[in-house]
Amino acid sequence: MNTQRRNVLKAGSGAALMTVLAAAGIITPGMALADWNKAAFDAKSMADTLKALGAGAPADSKDVQVTGPDIAENGAVVPVGVASTLPNITMVAILIEKNPNALAATFVLPEGTEASVQTRVKMGQTSNIYALVKSDGKFFMATKEIKVTLGGCGG
Amino acid sequence: MANPMKIRAANKDGVTEVKVLVSHEMETGQRKDSAGAVVPAWFITELTAKHNDKLVLSSEFGPSVSKNPYLAFKFKGGAKGDKIVVSWKDNKGDTRSDEAVIG
Repeated sequence: MNTQRRNVLKAGSGAALMTVLAAAGIITPGMALADWNKAAFDAKSMADTLKALGAGAPADSKDVQVTGPDIAENGAVVPVGVASTLPNITMVAILIEKNPNALAATFVLPEGTEASVQTRVKMGQTSNIYALVKSDGKFFMATKEIKVTLGGCGG
Repeated sequence: MANPMKIRAANKDGVTEVKVLVSHEMETGQRKDSAGAVVPAWFITELTAKHNDKLVLSSEFGPSVSKNPYLAFKFKGGAKGDKIVVSWKDNKGDTRSDEAVIG
């Protein structure tokens, strides 16, 4: 059983992982929210999230930009953006290191869609934000620290 | 039924920029109400965007995405008058789909 579980965990990420887990009878189809990557969204730490996304240990890249305010006065609405000049980007993910679940969102980009995505996230406290991109099958990331001030005094 | 999304799509120099504002509570499942009971998680899990039936963005959200999620992205192609359809699904199985015309 244990070796089977290891193999399942190694087998991959995303839809593939869900399919494998369902096939192995570890999760029932009803538990799997269609293709939603529950394993990645449930992961608590950065390392577990990266593993669930199949990213391993991504290299830092200057060609990935993560944008956001230096100081967010309201942690409930923090605008963040990811952009990259790397070729053939198929996936973009936003991770917030100190949130209860690190992964905020993933975006799958079909051919023709540019690697430039903006959204708004919630942050429980001051934390590093990671932008993860998959380019030519390899993972790269960039980091930015955003300070969250609960008092709204900007300090 | 949830409120409609606001979708703006504009084509400039062959690149279409789409901005979407979704109306959704996005409860994390961590907040407690005044009686101390945990408010159950309720958030959008999947959101897709199509341009003339061709998928241009497919995203998965966790509860960390803000209330009334905002999303902006760009894709190559698209012309004035083309149709953009954005659809989402939440963890309670509710869905909504709205469309806009590229201006």
